[in-house]
Amino acid sequence: MRARVRLLPTAALVLGAIYCVVPTLWILIAATKSKTDLFSTATYLPSFGAGILHNIVDLSTYQDGIFWRWMLNSFGYALIGGVVASLVSAACGYAIAMYSFRGRKVVFNVILACVLLPQIVLAIPQYLLLSNVGLTDSYLGVLLPQLFNPYGIYLCRIYAASSVPQSLLEAGRIDGATEWKLFHSVGLRLMGPGLITVFLLQFIAIWNNFLLPFVMVNSDDKFPLTVGLYSLLRHGAAEASLYSLVITGTLLSVLPVIALFLSLQRYWRLDLVTGALK
Amino acid sequence: MAARNRAKLPYLLVAPAVALLTLFVVAPGVYALVLSFQARKVVGGLLGGGSRLVFVGFDNYGTALADPELWSSIVRMLLVALLFIPATVGFALLFALLLDVPRVRLARSTRLAIFLPYAVPGVIASLMWGFMYLPATSPIGGDHIDFFGSVTVFFSVANVAVWGSVGFNMIVIFTALRALPSELYEAARIDGCSELRMALRIKVPLVLPAIAMCTLFTALASLQLFNEPNTLRPLSNAVSSTWVPLMKIYQDAFVDSDVNKAAATSVLFVIAALAVSFVASRTVSRVNR
Repeated sequence: MRARVRLLPTAALVLGAIYCVVPTLWILIAATKSKTDLFSTATYLPSFGAGILHNIVDLSTYQDGIFWRWMLNSFGYALIGGVVASLVSAACGYAIAMYSFRGRKVVFNVILACVLLPQIVLAIPQYLLLSNVGLTDSYLGVLLPQLFNPYGIYLCRIYAASSVPQSLLEAGRIDGATEWKLFHSVGLRLMGPGLITVFLLQFIAIWNNFLLPFVMVNSDDKFPLTVGLYSLLRHGAAEASLYSLVITGTLLSVLPVIALFLSLQRYWRLDLVTGALK
Repeated sequence: MAARNRAKLPYLLVAPAVALLTLFVVAPGVYALVLSFQARKVVGGLLGGGSRLVFVGFDNYGTALADPELWSSIVRMLLVALLFIPATVGFALLFALLLDVPRVRLARSTRLAIFLPYAVPGVIASLMWGFMYLPATSPIGGDHIDFFGSVTVFFSVANVAVWGSVGFNMIVIFTALRALPSELYEAARIDGCSELRMALRIKVPLVLPAIAMCTLFTALASLQLFNEPNTLRPLSNAVSSTWVPLMKIYQDAFVDSDVNKAAATSVLFVIAALAVSFVASRTVSRVNR
């Protein structure tokens, strides 16, 4: 009885894990195949020829290596956006948690409403507004709207309240430290672990974003990977030979973030994600 | 001096967030609202004529709501949501409960594997699944199963969405389970309560707030359905250019260049999203009580 109790849950979890891993494994297999093998060989068996190398070379030379440009853009957007958004969130969350000031309640309630407001429906009005100031089809047009992260502010507020003791700030004040110094040398330092999670969440949100760059950018040298691969697929609909490029590109785009994700997993404060801190 | 400084700093710290909020949420929102009440009308005669924006009241809302394409896109979205929400929340809860079973094997690695799709963009996930659905390249029997049939396409779209979101929701519920005091179980175990009974009678009721939160997140995600059908579109004729409401808004704004109608539909959409959030958060706070 005991053994069965453990075996069944384990089997169910393994099934779930397989379901989640299979598409990645399949794309790995498909990427090993040349254009002709892709449609002619058994789909679940890899090809042991040099198909994958050819595919990578083909992809790298496609439109003068535009794929790597997309990869770089994605990292640029996600890294810069992630860092700046986390700092903005940290400052705002810290202020709301640690100080009582006029307008504090209003600001926090508006931000809370924004958490529930789907950012994505704002993409089109944002496009229309930014086109009036000539910021569409620019890196800034993609980056700026993603610097405001209401969920990040909400998490930072919870985290500041639980990890930065008011008494420590009082002690600093008695020692003559300025409020600004207290913020960056006491507040930010104590909020560090939580900030990494806020950064990772925003990094992945920007990395995964499609609609905003899709409407904002027309020139393909400013595309992130998501929009780039989508446009490649659209061309591929007319030209099936591009399928193996799309498949190889998909594989190459998934591998680095999975690697990043796995290597950073110990920095995730997942209890923070749910606001379940004690 | 110090006191004055102290009074100023919070405003300085909040300022960047408030500025971004004003520029990229409030201003676009207001702008969309203004656009939704305007229309481009041709003015002047044959000579020197042009077009300018005029106030038309609720006309755009009327045209938007009278458009049968919008309604069929809403129906399709609801059909996907009908599959997506229970499947995501159900599997997330199931996996979270299984992970919480004492001495279950491979818990760490399976948890990580199930969470992993969270890091894969919706577009990329749709590309991967799209090729798995495509008869010529499918490893899961695409030549026997038509993944882009008139009924199956809803399952195909929902499946991609479920794949991408089960892991995150599982973590939310699992974290809530882990926060429960373990003394709770000891007494039940001594009384001979089975793990299954304990899961259903003790754990599920106690993590209801987390389950409600997941339901809210997935409901909002279904409203925003765009990436999956839009990416599957080049692979199949089963997905039209106005398959879900956001695709319809995109089509109105950028393909048919009717920005005002798109703005009106967006405004309706924001109202719907806020209504869903409001009802859901009311329910959550009732459950919490």
